[in-house]
Formats: sequence, C-alpha cells, structure tokens
Amino acid sequence: MQASFTVNGTPRQIDVPEDMPLLWILREELGLTGTKYGCGVAQCGACTVHLNGEAVRSCQVRASDLEGAEVTTIEGIGTPENPHPVQAAWIETQVAQCGYCQSGQIMQAIALLQEFPVPTDQEINDAMSGNLCRCASYPRIRTAIHLATSRMGGR
Amino acid sequence: MGKLRTLTRRTFLIGSAAIAGGVAFGAYMVMRPIRNPLLDGLAEGEAAITSYIKITPEGITLITPRADMGQGAYSIQALLIAEELDIDPATATITPGAPGPAYYNAAVLAEGTPFPAYDTSTLAETVRDFMSVPAKLFEVQLTGGSSTVPDSYTKLRTAGAVARETLKEAAARRHGLQRADLNTEDGHVILPDGARIPYTELAGDAAKLEPVTDLELRPAGRWKRLGHPQKRLDMVAKCTGTETYGIDLKVDGMVHATVRANPGIGGGIERLDSAAAEATEGVMMVLPITSAVAVIARNTWSAFQGANALDITWGPAPFPADSARMFEVLEEALGNEDAFDHCQRDVGDVDAALQDGTGLTATYRVPYLAHAPMEPMNALVTVTETYCDIWTGTQIPLFIRNRAAEMTGLPADRIHVHVQKMGGSFGHRLEMTHVEQALEIAIALRGTPVKLVWSREEDMTHDYPRPAAVARGRGRVQDGKVESFDLAVAQSRMTSGWFTRLAGMGIPGPDATITTGSWDQPYAIPNYRVTGYRAPDMVPVSSWRSVGASSNGFFHDCLLDELIHEAGADPLAERIRLCLDDTSRKVLEAVGELAQWTGPHVGYRHGRGVGFCMSFGVPCAQIVEVTETPDGIRLDRVFVAVDVGQVLDPVNLEAQVTGGVLFGLGHAMNCELTYADHAPEQSNFDSYTGLRLYQVPEIKVKALSNGPRIRGIGEPAVPPAAPALANAIFAATGQRIRELPLNRHVDFV
Repeated sequence: MQASFTVNGTPRQIDVPEDMPLLWILREELGLTGTKYGCGVAQCGACTVHLNGEAVRSCQVRASDLEGAEVTTIEGIGTPENPHPVQAAWIETQVAQCGYCQSGQIMQAIALLQEFPVPTDQEINDAMSGNLCRCASYPRIRTAIHLATSRMGGR
Repeated sequence: MGKLRTLTRRTFLIGSAAIAGGVAFGAYMVMRPIRNPLLDGLAEGEAAITSYIKITPEGITLITPRADMGQGAYSIQALLIAEELDIDPATATITPGAPGPAYYNAAVLAEGTPFPAYDTSTLAETVRDFMSVPAKLFEVQLTGGSSTVPDSYTKLRTAGAVARETLKEAAARRHGLQRADLNTEDGHVILPDGARIPYTELAGDAAKLEPVTDLELRPAGRWKRLGHPQKRLDMVAKCTGTETYGIDLKVDGMVHATVRANPGIGGGIERLDSAAAEATEGVMMVLPITSAVAVIARNTWSAFQGANALDITWGPAPFPADSARMFEVLEEALGNEDAFDHCQRDVGDVDAALQDGTGLTATYRVPYLAHAPMEPMNALVTVTETYCDIWTGTQIPLFIRNRAAEMTGLPADRIHVHVQKMGGSFGHRLEMTHVEQALEIAIALRGTPVKLVWSREEDMTHDYPRPAAVARGRGRVQDGKVESFDLAVAQSRMTSGWFTRLAGMGIPGPDATITTGSWDQPYAIPNYRVTGYRAPDMVPVSSWRSVGASSNGFFHDCLLDELIHEAGADPLAERIRLCLDDTSRKVLEAVGELAQWTGPHVGYRHGRGVGFCMSFGVPCAQIVEVTETPDGIRLDRVFVAVDVGQVLDPVNLEAQVTGGVLFGLGHAMNCELTYADHAPEQSNFDSYTGLRLYQVPEIKVKALSNGPRIRGIGEPAVPPAAPALANAIFAATGQRIRELPLNRHVDFV
C-alpha cells in the first residue's frame, strides 16, 4: 500500500505491505536507524517515537495507520551539534552505557516532560518503566530527567 | 582426600588449554616480536609508532582492540594512550582496528590460575604473568573477564609514551635540538622557544626513526586525564541516535535474512514445510542450513514474517526435556564421588568438625539465565571467490576469522572482520553461532552481502545461557563465631563446551567456573572447604556477566550469612573478623561506614543484608535495604564499596558499579529460563523481564584504591547483589530464600 506522512517535518511517501510496522519503515525504508529494534512486541521501548505528538512503540504502528500522520524520531529532536535539552541532560549526566535503548528512553522522557513539566518520582516511574535498559542505566535516567526539568523551565 | 588433592595440583584450572602446551613452542615463539600490523600500507608522511597509534597528515588514529559492549572500553583504552601521548582523545579517530595477533589479551587467562586473587605470593604472580604466554601463542584476542584495563594499563600508556618521545626525537633532529629540551602538549611538540609543531607534521620524520623506548611512565600524581572524571567519547552519538551499531549497517545490494533454529539446541529438524514462508510478501527464498532454516528477504521484517510462517517439527534436544529433570540431574551430581571435579579450598578438617551431623545444612539453587542484550545478534557478511568481509559486534574477532577461513576455504588474510559497536553483550557475543549462520548463507549466495538479524525470540531461545547450578552448604558455629564452612557446588561444565564451539577442541580437566567466586573468597574460617562437582552436560551453556561468580557469590555468601546468624554475630562485623585480606577488609569497613551500619534490623519489617564477593580480583561489598510492604518487598537503598586498585575514570566506574548491582538484583528478583519440551519457556521481555525503573533503589558507591593491582570493573559488582538482597529479605521478614529468582517466593513492588 502507499501512504503519505511526515517524518521529522519532511513529507515522505512509502509503498510497503500494509501491516509493515513503522519501526521497520523508519529503519529500512527511510534509513533512520536511530530508532531501535529490541523486542517487536512493545515490551522494551527501544523503538519509541512520537506519533502525532504522543510517545508510541513504533513496532506496534502499522503502515495502514500512517496516512497523514506526523512522526518524530530521535533524529528529529536534536543533533550532536545542537541537542535537545533532554539530550543535553543525558549527555551531561553520562547516562548511556551500550546506548542501544537510549533513543527510546529519550523520546519517552520528552513525552513525559511535555505532559508533566515537573514530574514526581511516581510519574517518572509510571512513564519510564516500559523502557527497558539491560545495562541498567536507570539511576542516571532519573537524574537526567530531573536535570532536564530544571533546564526546561521547570523547578 | 589424598586423591582429590593430587588431581587439583596436577591440573591448572585455567579453564583453558593446558599451559604446558605453551612451553613446547619454545622461547622463540614466546619472545619473538609480533609485527606491527599498522605498518602495512603506510604512505609517505604517515607513521605507525607501535601497533596502537597511527599518525597521518590528516590526523591521529588510536587503535582500541578490546571491544566496546557498553562498558566504555573504547574510551578507557583511548584515554590510556592519550594520557602519555598528550592529546585530547576526543580529537582522535578511535577504531578497534583489524583483529590480529598483535592485539592478544595478556591478562584474560590470569584469573584462571589456581591462586585466589588476594594471594600475591611470588609463585602466584609468576604463574599469572606466565598466562600471557598461551594468550600470545593462541592469539587470544578476546574481550572478557573484566580484563581490558588490567591488560591495557601499562601496554597502552607505554604505546602513548613511545609515540610521544619518538615524535619529540623527530622534532629535535629537524631543529638540531635535544629531545630532553622539548615538551609536548595537546598534539604538539613544543620547542624551547615556544614554537608548536603538530604531531601530524612530524609523522613522516618519526616513521623513519627507531621508536624511542628508554622512557618512564608518568606516575599517577602527574596524570592530567586519567583518574579524573571523564566524558565518554561515544556519549553524544549514543544520546542523539547517531551511533552506528552492527544492526544499523547497510551496504549496496544487501539482502536481509533471519533464521529459526531448534530452541532445543542440538536437536534436529524432523519436518519442514516452507510453502507459507516462501509465499510471504517480500521473502526471496528459504534456505535450510546447518541446524537451522534461513529466510532471505527484501527487508528484515519480511524475513521475520517468513520465519514465523515456517512450519517446522523440531527433533528432541540431547538433554532432559524439562527443568524439573535438569535440577534432578544437578542434584544427583552434588556430593557424588563419581562427579567430583575439583577442590581448591580445603583448610582444617571439615569432616571431623561436621562429623556429628548437628551443624547447619542448607541447599541452594540458581536457574539458567539468558544474556538478552538489547541489540539482538546480527552479522553482515559478504563472501566472494577472493575475500570475505564480516561486520559484527563481537568479543572474539580472531575466532570468527579462523572459522570463516575454514568455512570459505579462503586464507585467513583474506578474511576481514570489522568489529562493530555493540548494544550490550553480557557474554552473548563470546559466541558466534549467528556469524556462522550468516557465513553459510553468504557462501550459498556468493557475491551478495547478507545481513542476518535474529529476532528477539531467536536471541533468547537460542542463547547459550548461564548454567543452572545447585549447592549444598553445611557448617558449624562455636562461641559466637563461624567455625566450619563446607560448600559443595554442582553444575554442568561451561568452559569446555564454549571452547569447542569457538575452536573445535574441548578442554580436558576440571572446570574452574564451577566454584569460581566461592573457593577463592578471602576468609580465614578454621575449617573451610569448597568442592566442585561436574554434572553431565545438558543445555549448552556459556559465560554470563561475572561467569562462575554469578552463582557462586550467591551460594557462598548466603551460607556464610546463615552461619553468622546461627552464631548470633553481626553480619558485617563477623565478615570483617573472618577476613584475611587487607584490601577486602577495608572494603567491608567502607560499606559499613557508607551505610552507617547499625545491624541488620532497621525497623519494623525493614531490614538490611550484607553481600560480599571477590571476583576478577575485585573485592565488592554491598548492603541492601528493603521494606516488606503489604504488596511485597520494596528495595529502598543499596550501598556499595569496591576496590579496583586504581580508578581511571570515576564517572564510568560508578556507571559500571551501579549497572552491575542492578543487573545482579534484577536477575535475582525476576529472571529465569525454565524448560519444557526441551525448549526455554521464556522468549521475550514479557516473560523475562529483567529490571524496570520502578524497582530501582537509590544506590551509593564508594570506590577505594588500596588493592595491589589495577582491575576491571565490568563484572565484579554483579555477584554480591543477589546474596545481599536475599540476606536483606531475611532481616526484614525472617524468611530465608535459598533459590533464585526470589520472586518464586516473594513479590516485589
């Protein structure tokens, strides 16, 4: 099937099987490999992107859901030269170890801070516990979220 | 017991090739210098001073041959070179380089010698140093065993210093000066008049000189970078989605593949119907290969869909069908004289002390565990008539090169292994089944690049897991002290099967991993024995972060905690009293200070447990604090003290320690591979959950530097976590849990 949607503000057209997940469309059709495959069943969060402003698991979004959608990936929120404040907090806190889950963690954290600019520990736990980190960089993820909160005008 | 001791002394438990084999090669093979591989293809104006530094007019490249799985190996290796070379490592290109004999790991086998790490006697140190001989002869370029820093510490700083002094010599000759009058700073040689000559301009001259080797390394007190907080060189890329892992690679003309292999590893394929798979959109072909069926497609997702559509009847695996029978097999081996493997700790007279049978007895068990790194196994392989390229994240590049040479028939120098950044490993990438599969497909499709990606389900069910193990502890206390300690451990061999997969040859003799982390603990218990029993081979097993200590740390420290309780002693004070190693004792004291320890009972349903294990030469003590809530156990805080001899990067050390603690806790709480019908019952993160953020306690880390040797920190924080948690649960609830995962017995909130 064909679908037209935007990725990081750029219009894109695809012609793929209708049940192909957005994850694989991004990675192998559009060459945006910052979004990672970890489980394929919405259990790890490594493939988290924003779909129309909400954090979603891109392994669960099908091509047939994409017509007219606005998709934002890790590549769309900041660059090495000009990182998003959440990315800058991640870098300053030295969060990543293997780093494979961090695109998803950061996309989830940005969505969290959009909803709760000054999240409580409970809100952080609730929002972030779907994102697995096998290196267990979790303490620094918490620290980086608090740092980003203060940087972005929260407390 | 005479027979047992003889066995022990005759065989070095290096879990590897008998070291006598090295001597047979004679001194020449050991002493001869290995050619610097960077010298090949060097152009005019370029220099390769040592095997680790290449300087061209365009810039400086540092070779960091130990693989980065997330533990920060590239950064720490670059930092070691940069400290002496006087460059900002962020300005250099960092690459693992082409695998080769020059990059053998001199340290990785040292911990397999039959001396506990706290033994610094001349004999122990001599044998440890001697282990670099087989490592060199057998071209062991391997990342593992927390050996990167011990192996690199002197080697890479020396490489940096040799290059620096040789560049200074080049500048001195060019300007008619004495080398001693020159300085270096930030990639430049500084002349006495203040003029700055970039290294890149001196490369051509330096290449023509004999490297300068009469030099001394800078003492730690003069370090500018090492020892101070660092920023990892890969951090920005990893936080902006711009790091490239093996799974992200793409080359022109590439096809995508995945496989399904019998999850009962070693079992065959009884029936295959591939019609539905072949009819799946995007699937190009179905290719039966050794022990698996490959699906080749236009993209990875189509390959996965095709693989799911394969209708396969698997043959039974050559091991028991289910977990219940597997644990029966382990228990049958425990204490069975026919299954005796080794006894490296036998102090006092344990049999006499426990003769009347009135002491404490307890049995313990730990499950099989998957490695489950976030990035599933993958490899991109091209095979042509004349060469073979392999891009993959791996800890064992030379083993892969050799296997590829066997499989393709190409000479080893036509096999190019390009080691990729890894999304975790935890030991999974000490295996190469996925690379062999990719090679087999690429040989069939000669000339076409093949990118093989395992699904998560394939990765978890075709893992070679951490061995399950059982233990029986006995002991006796007297006058408020632990007086006798007897631990017997049974598991299947790990090392021999692994090395057979890698190198096609098994390892005779005992398998040290059965008791690593229990026989070698630094305690002076009057009657003290640890015995390993070898159960029959069952599920093929492999190294899992902290290897033998991952289970033995739990067995040893839980038994010790039970005996201390029996004695009515304080869990921390009695460990300190029993400790015979200064470095370890200071670690125990430090964790007590950090936690402001006042005993195991903190309040109502609120307790603390101590855990300690010395692994990879690193003593690590932990205190876990928990509360029993109406909904289950809550982890409140963890305190950790550790001693690596010399801290090179306190920021990364803290990351490795907290990560290791949580890795240990998460698996102890929540994870097991159980088997039914010859296959693991867990295949994805829904049933193998690891640890999630809501269960993560506050962690405080104290790093000491009293140890006599520098050590690696990727693994040693893992083993003490499980016993510390189990002991804390006992303190809070009175419930002794002797089996992992703990969630078989309690809920966690």
